[in-house]
Amino acid sequence: MIEIRFHGRGGQGAVTSAELMAQTAVGMGKYAQAFPSFGPERRGAPVTAFLRISDHPIRIREKVYEPDVVIVLDPTVMSVTKVDSGLKKDGTLIINTAHPVSALRGQFGFTQKIATIDAMAIALDILKVPITNTVMLGAFSKVMGQATPADVKEPFNHRFGPSLAPKNLAAFEKAYAEAKLEGE
Amino acid sequence: MAVKPIGIEVSLAVAEAVKLCDTDVVAAYPITPQTHIVEHLSELVADGELNAAYIPVESEHSAMSSCIGSSAAGARTFTATSSQGLALMNEMIYIAPVLRTPIVLAVANRALSAPINIWNDHSDIMSVRDAGWIAVFAENGQEALDLTIMSFRIGEHPAVRLPVSLNIDGFTLSHFIEPIIIPEKEKVTAFLPPNVTDLKLDIAKPISIGLLANPETYTEIRKATDDILLASKDTIVEVFAEFKKAFGREYNLVETYRTEDAEIILLTMGSISETAMTAVDEMREAGEKVGVVRIRLWRPFPVAELKAALAKAKTVAVIDRHMVMGVPNGPVGLEVKSLLYGAPNAPKVFNYVLGLGGRDVKRSDFKTIVARSKSNDVQKSFEIVGVYE
Repeated sequence: MIEIRFHGRGGQGAVTSAELMAQTAVGMGKYAQAFPSFGPERRGAPVTAFLRISDHPIRIREKVYEPDVVIVLDPTVMSVTKVDSGLKKDGTLIINTAHPVSALRGQFGFTQKIATIDAMAIALDILKVPITNTVMLGAFSKVMGQATPADVKEPFNHRFGPSLAPKNLAAFEKAYAEAKLEGE
Repeated sequence: MAVKPIGIEVSLAVAEAVKLCDTDVVAAYPITPQTHIVEHLSELVADGELNAAYIPVESEHSAMSSCIGSSAAGARTFTATSSQGLALMNEMIYIAPVLRTPIVLAVANRALSAPINIWNDHSDIMSVRDAGWIAVFAENGQEALDLTIMSFRIGEHPAVRLPVSLNIDGFTLSHFIEPIIIPEKEKVTAFLPPNVTDLKLDIAKPISIGLLANPETYTEIRKATDDILLASKDTIVEVFAEFKKAFGREYNLVETYRTEDAEIILLTMGSISETAMTAVDEMREAGEKVGVVRIRLWRPFPVAELKAALAKAKTVAVIDRHMVMGVPNGPVGLEVKSLLYGAPNAPKVFNYVLGLGGRDVKRSDFKTIVARSKSNDVQKSFEIVGVYE
């Protein structure tokens, strides 16, 4: 089982990210669960969402306290939230940022593996809106080997409909092609 | 051909089940965390996918009143609520069973105020514990969907004709996206017969429902309702068996998990049971002889089935999600102690209140409870777990 925590801000699609990835995994014949950190939803406030993916039925409903992967959709939350809290020693941070990894380590003291992607630039280029969720799913899918663009096509179509699904798939594919772990 | 599971939010799956059941009337008022159920039903009705009357009432009291009226007219009736919404229904909740009006009520369980809190525990449903409704608790999304379908068949059964509350833990179940098999429509239609009764408001055959009962008849009418509720257990067992035949998924009034040689049994209700089972797996690896007994049917209380499930246990740790003010026991704890009182070789019973108002229920909580339950100190048999001092 792999456990993932998403950090973003209300309105950026952190919850949607977890949902889409769970639907993708279920479509691939795996077991998955996704859920938000429940509470009053406020646009712009830091939010978290949780995702578990497994080859076996998942019988845990507690929050994810020791994730294998942390996905940061919005770099500004790193200043107000300790995003690597509980992250396993051999875990992975996947961060939307234009800054180099060394700068992040210096500023936030991250010790785990890090993959970065300038998701905001990709989102603005392809989606024309500053919503990075499908871009970050592309980075996550590549880095963690969890899904391919073909796997997400059906869930994206269902979620975004005919006008927005192709753009989101293109954003996913761009991140999927570009994302890699530091040093690789 | 087997239907493949899809990743869907549990609330939406419940609404889809209500659609598959060809429900005639939905009367509801939105309240967190139940809202997604009735929101989705309102979409299904507006899109023409469900041919039902959707009554957007102005309060939960009106929602339940409308449901009683539509059920009395013979319509298949559904509503959903949570917390204060159920509290506002309270007056009408007590009326539905005695009028023998089947209604399926999904409760996305949420804490009662005060203090105001939107998160999960069982205080809402416990406030109507004694009203005469059949009450079932779902453990996961598949079960929430399956129990929705079964609840209509149970409640509308000619031998029952009672309302059913389907309890789904708010957020920790209602808002989870998880794999759920949505059954084929034809199979649901074959499983669920039409809601047919002579006991309905019909101009051609007029009857009166809900009249004044004098002291000469009140006791008898209350007893008649209780008799029917107690007897409904047989129909529930029968419907569970029919469901297994039709859909292949097995349901029992009480479920057991790794209890064969268990010395300490965790007794749970609702979706925390899954976390409890995983905690049991982990404790078993460390050599602890522990198991889980889960109550699916809360009312009528499955006395014989629970006695059988607990027969070999030395210690039972009953977990409640509601605090009964003024008594050092939770509602499930009280029932379990009552059924074991005077029984030969009765196990020690410890009672814990856990996860109030959305406090996360973790595997570690069950490990704490097992450790505490090794005590022989009966004076400390009741505890609210994890209170910050």
